[in-house]
Amino acid sequence: MSSADNDFAAEVAPSGPVTVTGTATRGGPVADVRIVRPPYGIRATQAAEMTVTCGAGTPVDELCSELEAHGQTVVLPRSGTVGGALAVGHSDIDRLRYGPVRDALLQARYVGASGDLVTIGGPTVKNVSGFDMCRLFVGSVGTLGFLSEVTLRTRPLPRISRWWRGDGEPHELLAQLYRPAAVLWDGAVTWVRLDGAADDLDAQAARFDLVSVDEPPLIPSAGRSSHPPAELVAATRDLEHQFIAEIGVGVVHHAEPVVDQRPVDDAVVELHRRIKQRFDPDGRLNPGRSPLS
Amino acid sequence: MSRPAHGPLVADLVAALDPDRVHTAAGDLWLYRHDASNLTGRATAVCFPTSTAEVRACVRAAVRHDTPFVARGSGTGLAGGAVPPEGAVVIATSKMTAVRSVDPVNRTAWVEPGVLNLDLTRHVTAQGLHFAPDPSSQQTCSIGGNVANNSGGPHCLADGVTSAHVLAIEVVLPDGTVTELGGEEPEPRGLDLRGAFVGSEGMFGVATAVCVKLTQNPPDVATMLLDFDDVADGAQLVSDIIAAGIVPAAVEMMDQLCVRAVEAYIEANLPVDAAAVLLIEVVGLPAGVAADVAAIRHLAAARRVGAIRVAADDDERALLWKGRKSAFGAIARIKPNYYLHDTVVPRHRLPEVLEEVYRIVERHDLLVLNVFHAGDGNLHPLLVYDARDDGVAERVQAAGEEIVRVSVAAGGVLSGEHGIGREKRELMPLMFSDIDLAAQAALRDAFDPRRLANPDKVLPTAASCGDVQAIPDGAWV
Ligand SMILES: Cc1cc2nc3c(=O)[nH]c(=O)nc-3n(C[C@H](O)[C@H](O)[C@H](O)COP(=O)(O)OP(=O)(O)OC[C@H]3O[C@@H](n4cnc5c(N)ncnc54)[C@H](O)[C@@H]3O)c2cc1C
Repeated sequence: MSSADNDFAAEVAPSGPVTVTGTATRGGPVADVRIVRPPYGIRATQAAEMTVTCGAGTPVDELCSELEAHGQTVVLPRSGTVGGALAVGHSDIDRLRYGPVRDALLQARYVGASGDLVTIGGPTVKNVSGFDMCRLFVGSVGTLGFLSEVTLRTRPLPRISRWWRGDGEPHELLAQLYRPAAVLWDGAVTWVRLDGAADDLDAQAARFDLVSVDEPPLIPSAGRSSHPPAELVAATRDLEHQFIAEIGVGVVHHAEPVVDQRPVDDAVVELHRRIKQRFDPDGRLNPGRSPLS
Repeated sequence: MSRPAHGPLVADLVAALDPDRVHTAAGDLWLYRHDASNLTGRATAVCFPTSTAEVRACVRAAVRHDTPFVARGSGTGLAGGAVPPEGAVVIATSKMTAVRSVDPVNRTAWVEPGVLNLDLTRHVTAQGLHFAPDPSSQQTCSIGGNVANNSGGPHCLADGVTSAHVLAIEVVLPDGTVTELGGEEPEPRGLDLRGAFVGSEGMFGVATAVCVKLTQNPPDVATMLLDFDDVADGAQLVSDIIAAGIVPAAVEMMDQLCVRAVEAYIEANLPVDAAAVLLIEVVGLPAGVAADVAAIRHLAAARRVGAIRVAADDDERALLWKGRKSAFGAIARIKPNYYLHDTVVPRHRLPEVLEEVYRIVERHDLLVLNVFHAGDGNLHPLLVYDARDDGVAERVQAAGEEIVRVSVAAGGVLSGEHGIGREKRELMPLMFSDIDLAAQAALRDAFDPRRLANPDKVLPTAASCGDVQAIPDGAWV
C-alpha cells in the first residue's frame, strides 16, 4: 500500500455521490457527479512471481510496455486504465487460450462507500484464504468500491505469435488445432492466432491449410454480445451488419450497436440488490450505474 | 428398521425424500461427524438427495426449522469444511453423479456435484479431453467439493485452479431458491456471482450442477525428475524457470525424507540420497516442449543439479507421478499419524521459508516431509507423528501455527488450496483487518442473511475481532 491509496481514500471521503474515471475509454464517469481518479503508477513487477502491482489509474498500455521489458504480459485488453479494464471486465480476443479478465486479479485494495481502504484476495498466484472477492469486483463497474491498488497475474510472452487465415469450417479448426490463442470468424473467413515455437506453428498451419497473414481482421466495436459458444453460428446467421465472432468463446463484435436482451433470473437480481445494499447502502458510488444494465 | 422418535425437522426431511435416504441412526451420524481433518461435529440427519428438487427440499426443511445445513461431497476436505455445525442437516451429494452432457467441440460439460474428479476426466478421455484441476485426492473427491474449495492440483500451475474451469453453477441458494450463477456464455450479465460462489466452502448455497470447461490433452509431454544436493538449489530453480518465461504444466518438489518413504513404498528407483527432487512436466506441441526441456536443463545446470531423469515412455511417466501421488500412503510406514499443512509463499522466498520450516519442526522435536506444488509456491509440510506420544498433539499444533505465521510474514497466504474451513478461521486476522473481514461478512450475508449455510466456517467467530483467537481443538494448525 502506498500513501497514494490513502490520499485516494480521503478524496472519495465517507459521503456524497462520487464517480471514478480512468481515461474514459469505457464510458467515462457518471455525469454531474464529483469525479475522483485512482492512483497511477507501477509499484512492483515480479517476473519470477508472475505478478505485477500497480495503481488502478495506470494505463494498460503503459503496464504492458513495462511488463514486456520483463518478457511478460497480462490478459487485460489494451485500452484505457487497469482499473477501467477490471471494472468493465471484458476480455481480450485471445481469451480462448489465455482466459478471461476475471482470472487476472489476485489482490486489490479498494475504497469502499464508507471511505475505508479494504484489502481483498492475496498477493500470491494461488490463494483460497477467504471468499473470492476479487472475482466479485471484476465487472462490478465501480458500484461496490473503487479500486485503488491491484496485483495482477501476468504470464510470459509467447516465443512467437502469428495470425493465419483459413477457409475451413471454424468449429473444425477449433476441434483440431492445439490450443490456438484465438479463432475468429466473420461468417465466411476464419482467422487463427497461434502462439508458441515457430516449428510448431508452421506444422499446425501446414496441416490445416492456413495462410499466414500480417494482421488480424479489424474488430468492429459498435456493439458486443455474448452467447454460449455452441450457439454462435445460429446467433450470427441473420445478422445484416458486419461482425467478428470469437469461436470457442462466444463473444461477437458487431459493426452496429446491439441491445442486450438476455433475461436475468429474479434470484440473481435479488442477490445484486442485497450485495449493493451491503456494500453501498446509500448508492453513492457511481450512482445510476449497475452491472446488470 | 425401527427409527428413534424424531422431531418435526426429520419428519419434514423424510416426507421430502425417500425415507431410506434420510439417515438418523447414531452410527450413521457418527460416520459423517468429520471430513479428512481432525475436526468433528454433530449432525441431526444425513440426507442423500438425487435431484435439484430434493436438495431444495432439504434446504427448505432446514430453514423452516431454523437449523444449519452443510453440503458434503466426498468428505476429503482437509480444513473441516464439511464438518457439520452443531445439529446440522448434512446434504450429501454422493447420489448425484450424472454427467448430464458433454460438448466435445466447445469443450464443456454439465455434471452433477457428486461426480468424482477423476471420473469426469475418464468420461471425456476418449474425446481427447480432461478436467484440468487434479487434486492428489482426485480419485475420491467430488466436483462439488472442488467448486466449494476452489481446489487445485499439480497441473494447475499453467492452467489455474478450479475457478478458471467453471463456467456456470446451478445452485440452491440458502433461502431455498434455485438459480444459475454464471453461464455458458462468456460474459453473463451482472456481477460474477459464479466467481463468488466458487471457493465459498458451502456457505453460499448448494451446487446441484456445474458446467465445467474441459481442456485438450497435450500432443506431447516431457516428464523430468531432477535431483539436488541442496534443497535451496532446487527451490531456487523454480524461480529461475518462471523468470525465464517458462510455465511448465507442473513443478512438484519432494524432499529427502519424502523420497525415501516413497521409494520404500513403490520402488521406482528414485534418488534416495538427494536432498530434494523436482518433478517437472512440460506439455504442448513437440518443438515447444523440446525447447522448454533444453532451457530447463540449462537453468538446472547453473543450480548444480545432479542427475536428470526424463521419463522414456508413458509407463515411466506414470511411475514418477505415482511416486508423487502416493506420498501420503508412503508416510504411514514412518509414523501412524500425519498432519498436512497448506500455505503459499512467493516463489522467490521458497528457499528461506523451507529452511525456516525445518527449523520450526526441529525445535518442536517433530518430523516433517515436504511434498508440494513448488511451481505455485504452495507449501505442504507434512508433519508425521505418533499420536500416542506424550504431548505430541500440542507440539504439532504449535509447529503448524508457526509455519502459517512464517508463510504469511514472508508475503504469503493462509491457504493455497485446502481452504479455511473451521481449521484456519481464527487465523484470518493474520491476513485481513476487521474492515476487510467485514466486507467478506457482507458478501456472506448477501447470500445467506439467516446464516444457516455451513455457518461456522471461514469467517472468524467474531468477524470484528482484532486479534487471533484460540485455535479449536483438533485443528490442523
Ligand atoms: C490425500 C489427500 C490429498 C489431497 N490433495 C489435494 C490437492 O492436491 N489439492 C487440493 O486442492 N485439495 C486436496 N485435498 C483436499 C480435498 O480433497 C479437496 O478440498 C476436495 O476438493 C474436497 O472435495 P470433497 O468432495 O471431498 O468435499 P468435502 O470435503 O465433502 O467438502 C468440502 C467443502 O465443500 C463443500 N461442498 C461440498 N459439496 C458441495 C456442493 N455441492 N455445494 C456447495 N458446497 C459443497 C462442503 O460444505 C465443504 O465446505 C486432498 C485431500 C486428501 C485427503
